[in-house]
Amino acid sequence: MRHDFVKQVLVEMKKNPNIFFLTADLGFNALESIRDKFPDRFINVGVAEANMIGVATGLALNGKTVITYSIASFLTLRCFEQIRTDVCYHNLNVKLFGAGGGYNYATHGVTHHTVEDIAIMRALPNMQVMCPAYSWEAAGATKAALTTPGPTYMRLSKNPGTDFSQSKWQFKIGQGYEIKPGQDIVMISTGNILDLAIATAEKVESVLKKKVSVISMPSVKPLDHKLILTKTKKARAIFTIEEHSLIGGLGGAVAELLLSSLIRPKLFKSFGLPDHFIKNVGNRDYLLDQAGLSANNLSKQITSAYLKYF
Amino acid sequence: MPSKITKKIPLAKVSKLSQEIKRLIVEMGYRSKSGETGSALCISDIMAVLYFRVLEINPKKPELYDRDRFILSKGHGGAALYATLALRGFFPKKRLEGYRMDGGTFHLHPCTTAGPGIEVSTGSLGHGLSIGAGIALTMKQDCPLKKVFVLMGDGECNEGSVWEGAMFAATHKLSNLIVIVDENKFQGFGKTGEVHTMDLAKKWAAFGWDVFRTSGHNLKELEQMIIKAKLSPRPAVVLADTISGKSIPKIENTLLAHYFIPDDETYQIHGKKKRL
Repeated sequence: MRHDFVKQVLVEMKKNPNIFFLTADLGFNALESIRDKFPDRFINVGVAEANMIGVATGLALNGKTVITYSIASFLTLRCFEQIRTDVCYHNLNVKLFGAGGGYNYATHGVTHHTVEDIAIMRALPNMQVMCPAYSWEAAGATKAALTTPGPTYMRLSKNPGTDFSQSKWQFKIGQGYEIKPGQDIVMISTGNILDLAIATAEKVESVLKKKVSVISMPSVKPLDHKLILTKTKKARAIFTIEEHSLIGGLGGAVAELLLSSLIRPKLFKSFGLPDHFIKNVGNRDYLLDQAGLSANNLSKQITSAYLKYF
Repeated sequence: MPSKITKKIPLAKVSKLSQEIKRLIVEMGYRSKSGETGSALCISDIMAVLYFRVLEINPKKPELYDRDRFILSKGHGGAALYATLALRGFFPKKRLEGYRMDGGTFHLHPCTTAGPGIEVSTGSLGHGLSIGAGIALTMKQDCPLKKVFVLMGDGECNEGSVWEGAMFAATHKLSNLIVIVDENKFQGFGKTGEVHTMDLAKKWAAFGWDVFRTSGHNLKELEQMIIKAKLSPRPAVVLADTISGKSIPKIENTLLAHYFIPDDETYQIHGKKKRL
């Protein structure tokens, strides 16, 4: 996905001489092409995230569109106040691209696990929050972020194994995509944990003999209200899956929407990461499994909840 | 069209204007029954020299790209900025009546949408320098004759982000960036030298900045040092020795000055407009 991001950035920077690229000393084996092609608009600000956001703010106040890049946890947590007060308060064209959301930096340890980013970014006025799953979503979200005004935060992770999306789809901010059709149960997922949602849906279908829809929601803010409410109207149960804390992420956003609308699902449950640090050592799949995010566990929970209610 | 260079008002007149800034600060604090008076008073002379002798700006065209920029990084001195902008003609003095009032015009800390001439919204310390560095970076190419001024507090220099910005500015040789540190020697809850070891001159020099020292209240010396800083080939800092609560003897050089709400007596002596 990082490759898709870089490719799209090269296209956009060529088109728009006002785009600057700042990195907080990250990008080895990834950003060299941008640095070499646009040396005057590429700055390594050093290991200084707060300064990066401040400098980006200054550039944007003078009319530039600024990409800021670091590991997602540092980009969102270390300089949160600069993002809020400098970028969002002034509503500037500063775009935050965070590498490795969720457990994508698994064996690096808890400092590099990014499991609160969606919640805190979503709470900021003016901020748009993107969490793409596939290459085309990442490229589309990058293009959209760089061609629409205002602040954007985007998570860059690894692509899921298989791409089930349709070739005619175009990326639009605020739009969800139904990867797998179905009407009885709806599973909404954001980011590259989508493959787990699909695997879970298949298991649930084979047990319950019900049709399960899987929706990829690369845009968490703004959220595709229309799609969610339309699907909820017909479905009996809604589930969300995300590689993020259960507090304040996609599940929170969908719950807020459903509770404040007249269309209520009979059954709703969000799946995500528990409210404690997972200190176990292992790769991404291992950590997700430790956190309870496996197709076996999720499908068991969904089927038992479903059978209890219906 | 380049921005009109500030008409050089004689220093004697600037001194009068500075007194008027101080009076307006007391009046605003008295009306709104709010503090932070001392933090605004101590930068009044700096503000007067900047806006009436140094800054190349045009109040009629506040957003003209080719202009000097001023960032009040120590946003809690907002009252001094508003009073100065009003006297410089950015907006009518009447707007000052809404300072910290219900449904009013200005917060304590500046917000860009509150009035023309406010370049950056500030209030959280340690943000202004990096923002100024970003602005200076583009201006080096887009309008190389113009400068970016950032006014910070000495207590503000406790913030780590200040030094991230200082390193960045030196690395990128931002000679068009000038920091003025209001060294009033007090911070939120103590004397700066007691909270931290504060040899600011050595620190800034070690970060690759040219360092100038001046009184923060002698207008002539202030102007000379700011002009020297402007001519410096590296980013430059002017350490201005100021007095917290300047001009109100009973609070001068006290921690209380920061929090002082002008009382009736103070208003009568220092805030009420004298009829001539």
